[in-house]
Amino acid sequence: MTRIKTSYNRRSFMKVSAAASGGMLIGFSWLNGCVPATSDKKTGLAVPKEWFDINGYIKIGDTGLVTIYSPNPEIGQNVKTSMPMIVAEELDVPWENVIVEQAPLNTGFYQNQFAGGSLSIRLSWNALRMAGATGRRMLMEAAAKEWGLTVADLTAKDGQILETNGERTVSYGEIASKAVGIEIPEEVELKQVKDFKLIGTSIKNVDGKKIITGEPLFGLDFKREGMKIAMIQHPPAFGMTVKDFNAEEIKKMPGVTDAFIIDTTLEEVGMFDEKGFLQLIAIVGESTWPLIQAKKAIKANWENIGELEDSSLHVERLEKALTSGKVQESRIDGNPDAAFKKAAKVIERTYSAPFIAHNTMEPMNFFANVTENAAELIGPTQTPEALEGSVAKLLNMPLENITVNMTRIGGGFGRRLYVNFGVEAAAISKKIGAPVKLIYTREDDMSQGTYRPTYRARYKAGLDENNNLIAFSVKGAGLPDGPIFPKRFPAGAVENYKAEKIGGETNVTTGAWRAPRSNFTAGAEQSFLDEVAELAGKDPIDFRLELFERAINNPVGEEHDYEAERYAGVLKMVKEKSNWGEKIPGVHRGVAAYFCHSTYVAEVFDMVMLHGQPKIKKVWCAVDCGIVVNKDAAKNMVEGGVIDGIGHSMYSKLTFANGAVSEMNFDRYQLIRHSQVPEEIEVFFVENEIAPTGLGEPGLPPAIGALANAMYKATGQRYYHQPFATERQVIG
Amino acid sequence: MASFNLNINGKTQQVDVDPSTPILWVLRDHLDLLGTKYGCGIAQCGSCTIHVGGMAVRSCQLPVSAVGNQEITTIEGLSENGDHPVQQAWLEHDVYQCGYCQAGQIMSASALLKSNPNPTDEEIEGSMNGNICRCGTYTRIKKAIKTAAANSENA
Ligand code: FES
Ligand code: FES
Repeated sequence: MTRIKTSYNRRSFMKVSAAASGGMLIGFSWLNGCVPATSDKKTGLAVPKEWFDINGYIKIGDTGLVTIYSPNPEIGQNVKTSMPMIVAEELDVPWENVIVEQAPLNTGFYQNQFAGGSLSIRLSWNALRMAGATGRRMLMEAAAKEWGLTVADLTAKDGQILETNGERTVSYGEIASKAVGIEIPEEVELKQVKDFKLIGTSIKNVDGKKIITGEPLFGLDFKREGMKIAMIQHPPAFGMTVKDFNAEEIKKMPGVTDAFIIDTTLEEVGMFDEKGFLQLIAIVGESTWPLIQAKKAIKANWENIGELEDSSLHVERLEKALTSGKVQESRIDGNPDAAFKKAAKVIERTYSAPFIAHNTMEPMNFFANVTENAAELIGPTQTPEALEGSVAKLLNMPLENITVNMTRIGGGFGRRLYVNFGVEAAAISKKIGAPVKLIYTREDDMSQGTYRPTYRARYKAGLDENNNLIAFSVKGAGLPDGPIFPKRFPAGAVENYKAEKIGGETNVTTGAWRAPRSNFTAGAEQSFLDEVAELAGKDPIDFRLELFERAINNPVGEEHDYEAERYAGVLKMVKEKSNWGEKIPGVHRGVAAYFCHSTYVAEVFDMVMLHGQPKIKKVWCAVDCGIVVNKDAAKNMVEGGVIDGIGHSMYSKLTFANGAVSEMNFDRYQLIRHSQVPEEIEVFFVENEIAPTGLGEPGLPPAIGALANAMYKATGQRYYHQPFATERQVIG
Repeated sequence: MASFNLNINGKTQQVDVDPSTPILWVLRDHLDLLGTKYGCGIAQCGSCTIHVGGMAVRSCQLPVSAVGNQEITTIEGLSENGDHPVQQAWLEHDVYQCGYCQAGQIMSASALLKSNPNPTDEEIEGSMNGNICRCGTYTRIKKAIKTAAANSENA
């Protein structure tokens, strides 16, 4: 076992223990009585009469049932199952005895309560293990005291404490009441990785049964007695605001109780606050359909306050940025200009990608109940803490008076890092003096976004007469920020290297979209390297491995962001698993590898031509994310990332005319569908004992490169500009 | 406003709503049947799929006045206890990520298997293409449909 100091969390644990019973975790209940906390497992354990708070993560019932609180928002990345698994592992309790509850925002206790950057597991790994181990230790101390022994005489496992050299046993449920108030140990012992029983297995989603039976789980499903429904109407274009509207007429419409303009301007604007539409028309009523009707009857005077941009202007600005834009970040190794001059072969290619929307399946929504002294917020947010802060600013209210609870979330992808919908709900609730649930229509959701920026990048490579890569340069522009990570591969692997990140102007609101920047750069870089390998007459995997050899043995420059061994490791693994090099008639293969969010992923796509169109037969993925917590769920994440990468690079784009979004719903905005996905996706994990890193994003970026490279092999045509299938359905 | 008697999940339910109200909002706002989801409102995503007379229908496009006394089944009424073969197959394959689209996927899949107990891949794609899963659980959905088909056959 590893001994580890708990001091990091000691104060907060104390705070929790000192709180009145149940005072710490408030939670919320669903109006129709379906409390998500009920167990849907046949544990064989009775419902406890009494629960005992062990620490802020664990509550044990007198029958042995254990409640584990999952601190982070659940957006489909499955942390509501995998985070409690880590606690249960160290607590050493059978999973059948565990019930999971979503914890509310509690900044004084939990750290990093957000869902973003594929960071949930990575940042909480130690805290979760410590929470479980501390709980186990406290139960053991209670048993030791009961029996007049020391902890060293006892063993704890599977929800039981046993006298190591004796007969006595006591279950966690029986001893729990005695563990309450036991001092938090100074140090706890953590298990060794080889002793894990739960971590590394496949545990089913804790909300599975509720999902398949349609129980209320999501923000959109939340109801409260006396709650109103509200909808908003934002200006029709970026660069516009609302002056006034036919409020009196709207208020007279059936089912409408109020209509007014809200202003969500904050004095200090944070990273996750709205920057586009700050004044909005709000319509309030008792139910949704009359509001959808009332929205159509709005006649407003909109005012121009900025430029009304077109998609063609965006392309011009990107091109201009590439030729003369301001460099935001750069790196230069060696002398790229001189190296290009003496290169035997030089190749240059330009890649681009449009703005895209997040389009979470559950549109934006939030519940708010603002009273004179308090604000209660319930709903789907990836950043409850940022929401709390912004609402505090809006209402000029101390943070302590604001509570945020999280529902299950119908998709995040970065959209719900931004908190405007929660802030808008609070503004509406304040104005009407009643609890309210704000609902966006799909059109509102798609046209008031924080989109993935549009990008354009130029790659250039130089080979010597022996086909060695001697020079590499990339210049990447984006509106508003460029897509380049100057310290990433192939930095460190090429003698003469230059990377420049360039920004440009737009008033379209943008933000993090699943695997920010990587979601473009991986596709561009990996298809470019494929062309360079071809020009060099080398196998695309061998060519990359050669570069990693250089980065391992004799790295160029001061530092680079990746571990070349692990990068090469996933490529070797996918090479072996996919039998790369073996020729199967009619099968065309493409490969790509990428590192982002501390995780390494390599993918091989097998493509066939079916009725004259390319179809993806199989995708092979090799992943190094350190220790895998929940194996099958981890595979699900990678599969989803692959499909998301294919979908958005093939089909999706958001275009603008006079500042207005042209694609407002799924009739014009194409998302990938059943007939367009690979027949099979197989995921392999590198086995090691490295602390786990993220999986929510890393599966996506390499899919775009592997797709473009396989399509080239299948069709003879290179794909440079996303979406690859603009006019017709190429895949499926 | 008008009064309608609806036959939902084997029970008659009365609602007083505007005749143009789509069944989706009747279910969600007036009957607290929240399993049927709103995703697009224009019959493009399939999140709102229910069965009307045993057929898969997008409830966002079906006004309450057009239903008459046809039998409506929602995800809540698909089975007693989540034990419909399609639901069981979904559990077995741990299909969902965020889960938001899945009620609609399950309703489409169960209607498909009712009319075609042993669909080919192309038939599955053909009848499931109206159901978007933004999280990309499509390959699992297809596997689960095949499992459900096999299990129903053996039953
Ligand atoms: S909500 Fe009905 S199909 Fe999308
Ligand atoms: S599981 Fe999230 S949309 Fe399908």
